[in-house]
Amino acid sequence: MGKQPAAVVGVGQTHHRAKREDVSMAGLCREAMDRALEDAGMTLDDIDAIVVGKAPDLFEGVMMPELYLAESLGAAGKPLLRVHTAGSVGGSTAIVASSLVQSGVHKRVLTVAFEKQSESNAMWALSVPLPFNMPVHAGAGGYFAPHVRSYIRRSGAPTHVGAIVAAKDRQNALRNPYAHLRNPDTTVESVLASQMLWDPIRYDETCPSSDGACALVIVDEDTAAASPNPAWIHGTVMRSEPTTAAERDQVNPQAGREAAAALWKQAGITSPIDEIDVAEIYVPFSWFEPMWLENLGFAAEGEGWKLTEAGETAMDGRIPLNCSGGVLSSNPIGASGMLRFAEAALQVRGAAGEHQVDGARRALGHAYGGGSQFFAMWVVGADKPTN
Amino acid sequence: MFHFRTMSRTLSAPVTVAFDYTRSTGPVLGRFFGGLRDGRVLAARLSDGTVVAPPPEFDPSTHEETAELVEVSTVGTVTSWSWVPEPVAGQPFDRPFAFALVTLDGATAPMLHALDVASPDEVSTGMRVRVRWAAERTGHITDIACFEPAGDSDEGPGAFPAPAGAVDPVTGIVTPVSLDYTYAASPEESAFYRGLAEGRILGQRCPTCHKVYVPPRSACPVDGVATTDEVELSSRGTVTTFCIVNVPFLGQQIKPPYVSAYVLLDGADIALLHLILDIPAEEVRMGMRVEAVWKPRDEWGTTIENISHFRPTGEPDADYETYQHHL
Amino acid sequence: MRDVAVVGFAQRQMEEFDGSPTCVELLVPLFAECYEQTGWSRKDIGFWCSGSSDYLAGRSFSFVSAVDAIGVIPPVNESHVEMDAAWALYEAWLKIQTGEVDTALVYGFGKASAGVLRRTLALQLDPYTVTPLWPDTVSLAGLQARTGIDAGLWDERAMAEVAQRSLTDAEKNEYAIRKGGSSVEELLARPMYADPLRKHDCAPVTDGAAAIVLAAGDRAREAVDRPAWITGFSHYVDPISVGTRDLTRAPSAQRAGEAVDLSGVEVAELHAPFSHQELVLRRELGLADDVRVNPSGGALTGNPMFTGGLIRLGEAARQVWDGSASTVLGHATSGPALQQNLVCVMGAEGRDN
Repeated sequence: MGKQPAAVVGVGQTHHRAKREDVSMAGLCREAMDRALEDAGMTLDDIDAIVVGKAPDLFEGVMMPELYLAESLGAAGKPLLRVHTAGSVGGSTAIVASSLVQSGVHKRVLTVAFEKQSESNAMWALSVPLPFNMPVHAGAGGYFAPHVRSYIRRSGAPTHVGAIVAAKDRQNALRNPYAHLRNPDTTVESVLASQMLWDPIRYDETCPSSDGACALVIVDEDTAAASPNPAWIHGTVMRSEPTTAAERDQVNPQAGREAAAALWKQAGITSPIDEIDVAEIYVPFSWFEPMWLENLGFAAEGEGWKLTEAGETAMDGRIPLNCSGGVLSSNPIGASGMLRFAEAALQVRGAAGEHQVDGARRALGHAYGGGSQFFAMWVVGADKPTN
Repeated sequence: MFHFRTMSRTLSAPVTVAFDYTRSTGPVLGRFFGGLRDGRVLAARLSDGTVVAPPPEFDPSTHEETAELVEVSTVGTVTSWSWVPEPVAGQPFDRPFAFALVTLDGATAPMLHALDVASPDEVSTGMRVRVRWAAERTGHITDIACFEPAGDSDEGPGAFPAPAGAVDPVTGIVTPVSLDYTYAASPEESAFYRGLAEGRILGQRCPTCHKVYVPPRSACPVDGVATTDEVELSSRGTVTTFCIVNVPFLGQQIKPPYVSAYVLLDGADIALLHLILDIPAEEVRMGMRVEAVWKPRDEWGTTIENISHFRPTGEPDADYETYQHHL
Repeated sequence: MRDVAVVGFAQRQMEEFDGSPTCVELLVPLFAECYEQTGWSRKDIGFWCSGSSDYLAGRSFSFVSAVDAIGVIPPVNESHVEMDAAWALYEAWLKIQTGEVDTALVYGFGKASAGVLRRTLALQLDPYTVTPLWPDTVSLAGLQARTGIDAGLWDERAMAEVAQRSLTDAEKNEYAIRKGGSSVEELLARPMYADPLRKHDCAPVTDGAAAIVLAAGDRAREAVDRPAWITGFSHYVDPISVGTRDLTRAPSAQRAGEAVDLSGVEVAELHAPFSHQELVLRRELGLADDVRVNPSGGALTGNPMFTGGLIRLGEAARQVWDGSASTVLGHATSGPALQQNLVCVMGAEGRDN
């Protein structure tokens, strides 16, 4: 028996903010979950199983918080899984939830991913000093900045390409009522004028630290028949490689390339740039847009920045990227990957509101984590897959 | 400063992971904590008629947010208890005590808290206890210092549950979490750190792919087998890539700005992350040749911090082709 | 449903692992054992899934370097749960059921001795109203044990009988870290520790790791002579609150048991880190008196965190491999006082054969 068809019929997310001081962790999750359930026309009683995703437990200081949250999330009396695959976790969680349906085990699954970063400080949580080691680590920005430098050197990209991405995503965010950063004045010039934090990454080229959650209702074929606009899952893939290895390509990681190739094959796609109408990819630092364009096969190696520079990743471009404003505009880490998957689903459901790409039929959701080593991706479509 | 402890094969050192978490409470717990601050215990009246303190944030049956809070007594009955002979840090007492489940009068389910008695002989299921309030109340679960045996004069089941009335909610609490760990290096890493204590930089070769790893690894990440043959490496190498850290952050141990760089030591197949100094940050380059600057020998320990930093050697920069496959 | 079987199992348990909290050096030989059992190499594995905890290791992303033990260039199809690896096994089983892969290797690891385990686990509780009091695992189990004693459902003797049988059985288990039975009377004569619990009622703090290989259909038959076919797999969770839960019960265990066919189970490996919890589980699962429970000695004789459940499943599967039993049950628990429970029924016969 092969994979059973599965579709997203409910999408919900919170208003993402630096500090959601009005809600507890349970309240944050339920805000996203209740929106997803309402979208799906269901209640918690209709749900067979719940899958929770979240990045490191040190962020909130709760070990396996899904245990204490079980009752508030309506999971008590149901199967409950907790996924953690670093920054890709939101995407991986959606994929695990999909597998509950695709395996034929469950019919209606709710998945929620969250991070309440204001409970602590992500830089602290990611940089707890390790004995015997040099404490040069400086959070995620400090980790990724050298690899961005390598990309710039390798591709010969002009140094303002990162600023183009940041300005575009921040402008896109103005069309997304849930986005955290809402600054209408962000331009390429203002990004270039912002402080250099982790040279070559400027302040405005980094993601914010957000409180937020995202939830999806994923159902089987029969249940999806009742939905006016299901987003059918055409392919899912996860790939992992080591954080560090001799001669590992940290700019264009093999795991990402192989994940993309496997994904396109599953979804029956031969030319991604022509066949994908819109993509939500995980860009926590602006330069990762051109880097992932190459890694995903939208552009040849060394050519990704040309698409960005030519405006082809804008909403009216050849491959609109991160129309929601992306991670650069909202980053509740554990939820950020699921938000990418959710936004892809919204696009093919025609439900993305002001940031809808007209006529989007097939969309990519993408997340990565760790030291660019864990990848999770899916393709969703307006049409039921034929294969 | 770490106090190093040498075990039979590996090095270990203590690590404390500590943060004072700032928790926004939301409306339900906010009112509960507001009640504690006012010296009252508020409970949820749930859709099935039960009265529960602390109040669940969402009704277990309807899944709706808990709406109605009522006040319950500060006197109640022990429904179960457990002796704590060796308290751990952070518990309400640092001497033996009991944890107890106590159903407060007016509530239908017990709450968990400490019970201050001197020995297990002084506790029994069914005993009457009352809240002992903390000297200062701030709107936190520790506003209840503990339960204590109730006297004869304490009220019995009376007018509880009572209407909660108005309560000024607490919006946030601080919960310190501090955990002590003993961190151990792997055997391969321990060999590396012990080498550093002798002023040597030791790598190991993977027996399968023959790449030289520094530090050595318990598993070559390509082949899944431990690195083995020891290789002593040069203190010189090439900066492959780097970033300039300008951002200060909590827990940071080096004052910014500083250059954090991947240094590919001559003879190694993987770069090491370290500091570059003795050159203005903006002059650091990919391909720059650098050498380790060791601290004075009497400051050495089993740590990579024996190398204070790397500095330029003055040699011509390495050709891009020599390190491009290490990016 | 596809027929999927457990075809490989390796484990290590120790009081204090003299190595890094990433446990990479523990995992390498475990994987090698799994390859030897199946005659496979890592290239035969279609999916990898692990279970571990950052708070056990004391740092974020503690699982990240564990994949090095696999050897992950070329990259692998891989996932991780922040749960006991028994739930990673469930995720892997789902993956095989989707038809995407035919084989999986599941592993768990944890160095509980790196911190103060019973204190660290207080971080699993409600972070607003409970964790600030730091109720430790032993105290919570004590509350549960007394609830059952007060209700007349079990007594100290019944608990001691569980411990006595476990310690005796553990003598034959090379991996158990606590072993050696004496007599129920002798155990009862030992002093109380956390009244109503004596030390032998509580699982020892254990470091360790374990790995299980899953395979579908013919891949399973090619790997071993007698695959342990999974005929039922189910898990549920209860609310966490020890106030509103009936601590004498584990409804999630009962529900999981009802979702599978437990008839004919001869051997059950129950993940009961405290002696009375075996009694709770036995009742919730409706196990008959002649079901042999925990021939390995169970969690009371060795309970590596995030692996203890997976090991129960592996120990149960071994009973099928060596022909000791035809139908077995493996069980895993997670959370305080049996909050979350998983059951996996395995047999010498698959569903379709």
